[in-house]
Order: sequence, then structure tokens, then C-alpha cells
Amino acid sequence: MASQGPAFLRFEALGKSWGDIQAVRDVTLDIAKGEFVALVGASGSGKSTLLKCINRLVEATSGRVLLDGEDVLAGPAAPLRRRIGYVFQGIGLFPHMSVGDNIALTPKLEKQRLSDERISELLTLVELDPALASRLPAELSGGQRQRVGVARALAGDSHLLLMDEPFGALDPITRGQLGDRVRALHDELDLTTVMVTHDMAEALLLASRVLVMDAGRIVADETPADLLSGKGGEIAQALVAVPRDQARKLAGLTR
Amino acid sequence: MNSLFDAVMGLGPQLAEHVLLCAAAVALGIAVALPLAVWASRSATVARVALGFASLVQTIPALALLALFFPILLAARAIFGEGLPTLGFLPAWLALALYALLPILRNAVTALANMDEELIEAADGLGMTGWQKLRLVQAPLAAPYVMAGIRTASVWTIGAATLATTIGQRSLGDPIFAGLQTQNWVLVLAGCIASAGLALIADALFGLVERGFATRRPAFVISGALLALAGIAAAAVSLMDWPGDERDNGRETVVIGAKSFSEQFILARAIGALLEREGFSVEYRDSLGSAVAHNAVESAEVNVLVDYTGTIWTNEIGRTGNPGREEMYDAIVDWEAANAGVQVLGRLGFENAYGLAVTRGTADRYGLSSIADLAGVASQLVIGGDPEWFERPEWIGVRDAYGLRFGEQRTYSPTFMYNALISGEADVISAYTSDGRIAVEDLVVLEDPRGALPSYDAIVLVSGNFADDPQLAEALQQLVGAIDVETMRQANYAVDRQEDKWPADRAARWLLDEIGL
Repeated sequence: MASQGPAFLRFEALGKSWGDIQAVRDVTLDIAKGEFVALVGASGSGKSTLLKCINRLVEATSGRVLLDGEDVLAGPAAPLRRRIGYVFQGIGLFPHMSVGDNIALTPKLEKQRLSDERISELLTLVELDPALASRLPAELSGGQRQRVGVARALAGDSHLLLMDEPFGALDPITRGQLGDRVRALHDELDLTTVMVTHDMAEALLLASRVLVMDAGRIVADETPADLLSGKGGEIAQALVAVPRDQARKLAGLTR
Repeated sequence: MNSLFDAVMGLGPQLAEHVLLCAAAVALGIAVALPLAVWASRSATVARVALGFASLVQTIPALALLALFFPILLAARAIFGEGLPTLGFLPAWLALALYALLPILRNAVTALANMDEELIEAADGLGMTGWQKLRLVQAPLAAPYVMAGIRTASVWTIGAATLATTIGQRSLGDPIFAGLQTQNWVLVLAGCIASAGLALIADALFGLVERGFATRRPAFVISGALLALAGIAAAAVSLMDWPGDERDNGRETVVIGAKSFSEQFILARAIGALLEREGFSVEYRDSLGSAVAHNAVESAEVNVLVDYTGTIWTNEIGRTGNPGREEMYDAIVDWEAANAGVQVLGRLGFENAYGLAVTRGTADRYGLSSIADLAGVASQLVIGGDPEWFERPEWIGVRDAYGLRFGEQRTYSPTFMYNALISGEADVISAYTSDGRIAVEDLVVLEDPRGALPSYDAIVLVSGNFADDPQLAEALQQLVGAIDVETMRQANYAVDRQEDKWPADRAARWLLDEIGL
């Protein structure tokens, strides 16, 4: 599915280098509202760097990123980031604040108080017991913590959700459940989601569009169905081969 | 034990000033260290420079750091005017604050540098500004470590603040230094117990605050902080002049200085007693270093001081020759007046000269009666001196005049010097001729046929701002020419002896009584 609506997120000849190391090279790309985009690639392919150029945790060295038609570098970074939900592998819940305070943090940065009802609602959205709001993060399991991380990212009413290996540290069952939940939220809340993952199976199952990166470039831009039917070139197909082989072997075991 | 209890209980004002000095120093240390730590967390260069400087300060002995602030503040008068105090609270406060800097700074910098990177990424990712990140994330998470630094700084400062006595700030060092001078171990112990007790209390209170931060129990933080504040407030209240106090009688307070030996303590108390009879209110600055004491009169931090002609001649004016007693005195009167408007009120009547002293046994064994006799046998002997002696021009002068080459030289505090001589650790010492122990221990002061050692008439110096005060001059004139060396020796011995020691003020009363005042 190529972009049909007006570009919600646009990359124009984006590049990022640290000295001699070119992490992202000349990426030009449009992402439309409502898309669920997975950025897949091996370690060091530049996918996290590309993602962080959107919320300016990394600032590009050439080209630009436009969000809703505006250069993200135009204003100060902090207000921009508050409009963008961000979930990452490290989760980063603040240990000195209760779960509820962690969730209410983004509105608080804008001097707005998040009501207890809204906190309960957000906890329910990520399938957690609202009673957990008064607990400290240390009392939660890893899966519960990342659910709180997602709730916190949604608290600012942002329509863009960035996720950097969000489920990387979770056990497989939690990982599957939370992935499904996030996909459902994406649809319910009309989000545009960009997710970095090194797991092609996860990308194929959750995303509506898969971008494959290699050495800082985007080498494939396909729907999951097209990738599975053999499109996208050698590097993309090598990545698709892994879950496909696993599925075949599993199917063989049940026969 | 009873006298120890009384001595500790009598330390109220010293304890109160000690508490306030330490609280002010740690507060200033915090006020400088925390912003510096935040700056250092954003710049590796700042971190290196700040930590390097704080570590360097820590390597300076506290005693030297305190003393160094005297010349620094004296120089700063060029900017801040003549009203800037150079002794007492201000230099002690600044020096101790510098001392408190390192533990706070190091802990804060380390806590900020080692903060969980995921939390920093989350703070940035959520859209915190730098200030919000500091306030909401970094400060609360660094708080237990910063508090541990403050706790260490407080304990160090409480210990180091006892040294503030040497630059004229009242503290728990007063009984320690006075006791060391006069070998009054009860006083020394009382000072040590009081400052150690204070350090333990501060450690416990700040430990409570630290634990409160670490375990997120605000009750601990608040109760620890409130108790500490209550202690500081109580100290402040106890020192306030309440309306109706009989102290204030409209006259400016006269500050009487004393260097760090018994004779100075006694004479300061005697002068104080005479001035109080005339209606002056007086304060004492005890245990000042020799050069600090003279500078303090020049800068009018100290208003009255007993000094010695030979000391001023060599150390202040920087002269080497020995023109004879009268000529030296006249030259000093002129020099003091021209130099800083200091008035020389007159000579007390006795001399406290440096002399080389040996035991009777040593004198007999080597056949010593004058310093010239020493030259041949010096290489077999050990000479002991007070901490100043081997740096003083008098020593250089006498050494070169007689060609003295001693086998070894050792430094003792003035009090222990005599013990060292009598126990045989030293064979020759730089004794003071008005010291009571010379007669009692039957010591031989060697003659000085070449006149290498100048005379040391005790004289009364009055700072410029009191030089024209007729009432003060009249009160002190009574002492001029009134004290002979035998009376001074007896008063000194009453304070210095091992048994039945008198406090300095009792010896002062005896002295005044003895000379009919």
C-alpha cells in the first residue's frame, strides 16, 4: 500500500553522519496518516537513527523531516516531542513516581493535570488494572511496565506513535499480546505508527507497510503481502526467509 | 570527671558559634557546588576543572587554608573598602565553605554522570525541557547521593572548624587550643568531646534525610531537616543580644588579641580586666599566629595587643642588626605610627626574649655558659624549637653569628618544648626568658656575648582607631613599667605547671593584685 493521502510525515533526502560513519543516507519517503510502518533491518542498518530523526533525539545532518508539512527542526525540540508518543525498549519509567504520575507526565509538562478517570482509561486501554496507578514501577513485571510505557506515550493525545524495539526485552507471550494490543489501539485511535524492529515476523504481522533498511538506505518498501509473495529484493527476502522457514518447520512438526 | 563535665557544660557560646559557622559554611558549599555540578554534567571540561580545583583545595591543610584567607581578604580591601573584616567569621566561613565543596560536588557530579541513560532518553523523548528534566528527574534521583556528600561535608567541616580559633573566630577549638597551650587536658578533652558529639549528631540527622531520599519517605527527610534547622535556630537565638542585656553600654567593644602562649593569655585578661573597670566592653581573640596578630592590629581587627620589640624589629620591619635596646624601641614607635597609625603605648617592664636554654646537667657536662661554647659541641646535640623558630631571622642570625651546626633539629609546640628538654629528647631549646619553667626546672639560659639576639621588651600596641582614646590610654598606662620579669614568670608558671593549674584569668587577677592594681 503506497501513500494515498497527503503526506503526514515526509523525509526529504535525509542524511545523518557521525564523523566518517554515515548512519542514514539520502532517505526520501512519505508516510500517510493512519499507516502502521515497520522499519526492519539488521543491527547498524540505521533504522533507529532514522526513527529518532523524527522526534529529534537525533538531529539530521542533511535533508529534512516534515511533520504535517512543518520542518521538525523549525521550533524548539521539547514541544515537538510532547506531540509525539515515544515507546522504546528501555521503557524508562521513572522509579520515583507512581505509575499514575508516570502516565500523567506529558500533560504535566504542559501544565495540564490528567484526571484520575483518564489515567484509569489509559490503563484499561493497555489492559492493565486501574488500581495499579498508585503502585511504583518497581512493583510491576516487565510486560506490565511496557504497557504503562505505551499508556504514557498515548497520554499526550498524540496522533503519531514512534516505537523503537518496543517489545525487544519482553518474553514471547507478552510480546505477542502487547503487539496485538498496540495494533488494535492504532486502529481504534486513528494513529500513525512507526515501529523499529529487527524481527521480520513481528513486522509482517503488525504493520501495513514494511521498510527494509540496509547500510543507511531504504532497500525495500512493500506491504507484508507483497514481501511474502517474493517482492522487495534480495536483502528483504533474506529477512523474510527466516520466519518463513520457521513456519514451514513448525508446520512439518504437526503433520 | 566532674571538672570535665563542667568544662563541657561551659562551652555553650562556643558550641553555638561553632554550629552557626559550620551551618553557614556547608550552606555556602551547597550553594556553589550544586549549580557547578549541573554545569559540570553538561560539559566535561567544567567537570574536570571544578573537580580538580576542589581536590586541590582539599590537599591544602585546613590550618593553612584558614590562615591564607587573611592576606586574601586584606588584598580584597582594595575592592570592598576598609570595612571588610579580615579575621573572625568571614575568613573562617569562606575557607570552610571551600573545604565543604569537594564531597558535595563530587557526589553530585558522580550521581548526575551515572544516571540511568534510559531515564534520560525517556525524559527527552517525553519532551522535557532541560530545566524540567533537572527538576523532575535528575534532582530527585541524585538527591540521596548529594545528601551523602552533604553529610560527609558537614562532618569534615565540624572537625575543621575547630581550627577557626587560630584566625580569631570563636569555636569549639577555643578550649582545645587554650588547653594545648597550658597543658590543661580537661579543656582539650572537653573541646574534642563537644565537637565529636556535634559531628555525630549532624551525621545522624543528615543520615536520616539521606535515607528518606533513598527510600522515598518524605517523613524522614522532613524530620531530619527540621531537627537540623531547629538546632541551628537554637544556636542563633542563644547568641542574640536581648533587650535589657546589661552588655551594651554605648561604648565600642575593644578587641584584645593574644598569641598562642600562656603569657599572652594572661596579659590579655589583665588588660581586659582594667578596661572593663573603666566601662569598656571587651572581647578576646586568642591563639592568633604571631604575624596574624600583628597584622590584625594594623587592620584594627584587634585593638590592643602585647607584642615584643625584637619580634617587630625582625619580622615586621625586616631589620637584621641589633642597634641596642633604647634605639630599637624608639625606632619601633616611629615605624608603627608611620606604618598603620598603630600607637605604642609603652613597655610593660619585662623582656620575653628568645634564649638558647639547656638543662643544668647538659651545661655541666659540656661546660656551657654562653652560646659561643655551643659551637664546638653542637654537632653532637639536638636543638628543639617552636614551629616558628627555625624560620625566624633570630635563629638565622644567632646560627650564623656563632657558626652553630646542630646534629638534628626538631619542632615542638611551645608547651612540649620544655618537656622535650627535660626528658632529653632535645638538648638545647629556643626558650622564652619570661617562662616560669626556667627557674623551676633550673634551666640555664646561655649568654649571648655577640648580641645576636635582639631585645624583646613587651610593649602594648593600640590600633589606629583607638590611638586617640584618652580613657583607654589612661587605663592601660597603669601597666606600663609595672611588671617585672619575676612576677611575669610566676604568673606564667601558675598556668603552665602540671599540678594545680590556674586558668589564665585567675593568673591575670593574681598579677594585677601583685602589682597593686
